[in-house]
Amino acid sequence: MSFVVPKETYSGKVYEVSIGTDKVASFGGENMLPFLSFEGTAKNRPLIAFEIQDIPPDDWPDTVKKVYEGVSANPVEWAKYCQDKLGAKAIALRLLGTHPDRLDRSPDEAAKIASDVLAALNVPLIILGSNHVDKDAAVLCAVAMAVKDKNCIIGKAQEENHKTIAAAAMANNLKLIAMSNLDINLSKQLNILITQMGFDKEKLITDPMCSALGYGLDYTYSVMERIRLAALTQNDVTMQQPLLGDIGMYVWKVKETQALEADLPMLGALEDRAVAWEAVTATAFMIAGAELLIMRHPKAVEALEKLIDELM
Amino acid sequence: MLIIGEKLSIIAKRVREAMMKKDKGPIQEIALRQMKEGANMIDVNIGPAEDHGEELMEWMVTTIQEVVPLPLCLDTTNARAIEAGLKVHNNQWGRPLINSTSNDPERFPIMEIAVKYNAQLIGLTVGKGGLPADAEERSAIASEIMARAMEYGLPLEDLYLDPLVLQIATSQDHALKVIKTIRMFQELNDPPMKTVVGLSNISNGCPKHLRPILNCYYFALLAYEGLTAAIVDPHEITPVSKTIDVIMGNTLYAHSYLEM
Repeated sequence: MSFVVPKETYSGKVYEVSIGTDKVASFGGENMLPFLSFEGTAKNRPLIAFEIQDIPPDDWPDTVKKVYEGVSANPVEWAKYCQDKLGAKAIALRLLGTHPDRLDRSPDEAAKIASDVLAALNVPLIILGSNHVDKDAAVLCAVAMAVKDKNCIIGKAQEENHKTIAAAAMANNLKLIAMSNLDINLSKQLNILITQMGFDKEKLITDPMCSALGYGLDYTYSVMERIRLAALTQNDVTMQQPLLGDIGMYVWKVKETQALEADLPMLGALEDRAVAWEAVTATAFMIAGAELLIMRHPKAVEALEKLIDELM
Repeated sequence: MLIIGEKLSIIAKRVREAMMKKDKGPIQEIALRQMKEGANMIDVNIGPAEDHGEELMEWMVTTIQEVVPLPLCLDTTNARAIEAGLKVHNNQWGRPLINSTSNDPERFPIMEIAVKYNAQLIGLTVGKGGLPADAEERSAIASEIMARAMEYGLPLEDLYLDPLVLQIATSQDHALKVIKTIRMFQELNDPPMKTVVGLSNISNGCPKHLRPILNCYYFALLAYEGLTAAIVDPHEITPVSKTIDVIMGNTLYAHSYLEM
């Protein structure tokens, strides 16, 4: 008897999200677990966005900071560099300067920066706040108005500020990231609350939180995996949004992406190790189900794109 | 769990009057309400309907499906009325269910109709000789119905076995026997046989304030044993059904799970 590959059939499907107006990028839309193409159809590749900031990346480790030397003082130049020189398929602009502990930049200033960056790009733009719940509500409202109808993603809406931010995204016809803190039930609840406001469930992206390899990746991985299983095997419409892996900000904070080889010889050469750390972390989340990834180092992105080529 | 709304029954005065006067209003209102309360299918009980049964069932099916995009459960002993209903049933909303056949030879022709119209069928595990005594007897009757279904060419996955819920007030010992039967029915085939109950019969004859309590707890016990479908008041049972799905891990918990 010949061997027959056992196949799962899934009752559910992940929503497909398309962003951008000039060059449109799509992600999600699959009816199978990641890369198990013998069981279903993957409509799209995972989309990788390059992370940039409205302020210079002074607190990024040298390995990744030096890549953007000369452009990172200006978010427009930085964005264009990623798009034109590094071939970015999407840009994620983090408005870190709006945080009260940073420059406490005003919502209007932030909105101006976001629309300047958007005007310079033809790839899609994701605009993120500084992860300060009150400030993000004000900043993202102003940003949403400035990029109205431009098919951007804004975020992140959290339990404490989702009403304001979701309303802004809805009024300005934008996609929205809903973020919860590493809890599958709260993630579902937040999606329910946002859609109960009338927000289109097909314009939502779920961020169940991320972590770096070696720093709790197993927890974040299994939350994502369980969300994807609920979407596919239980046909849970509140969990069928594409998942975001906001990877760079976690990876480039850990010791392994910063420690010099001279100090920790057993870890090997710093640059190779740091790039690998980001690539391996991103790979794990992609395998868990993330369809949208935000990353920092072009070499890590390149490695991931190559891996996707091989797996698709 | 397949929730079949029981409220369109000739036993209810308002429904009976609407059926007699061919007044669409109350029928459509009750059907729509049951859907909103969580019904996945609507039971259409027109009684024995010996006179004008065909015309009545046809009118009921078209009247209900005019407003409710759900499949129907056609509930009468009149085989010609069933056939008339199946002819006009809109299968776009799902396959109809016939309520019911049993191990009584007089009820066998309905199997032919089920096959002809690609309908699903409820097999009530009673024979001509009266009520089954226990779970074992119910299973024996179920096996005979299954054998008969195969003879007629009805796929076993289209057959729902009904153990016949009896009144707790008069047949208390059968409450537990029926729970055991649900477990046994599933073992009669691989994949497991589907099962269905007319739930509210458990509390028939009980004081009004006790009925929802008896219905809900009994439903929970049956659901735990793997019941596939239930003919119920969806308003009463949907929250219980959703809660059991959460407890059994069939749906992911969120604070708003009852609203979904």
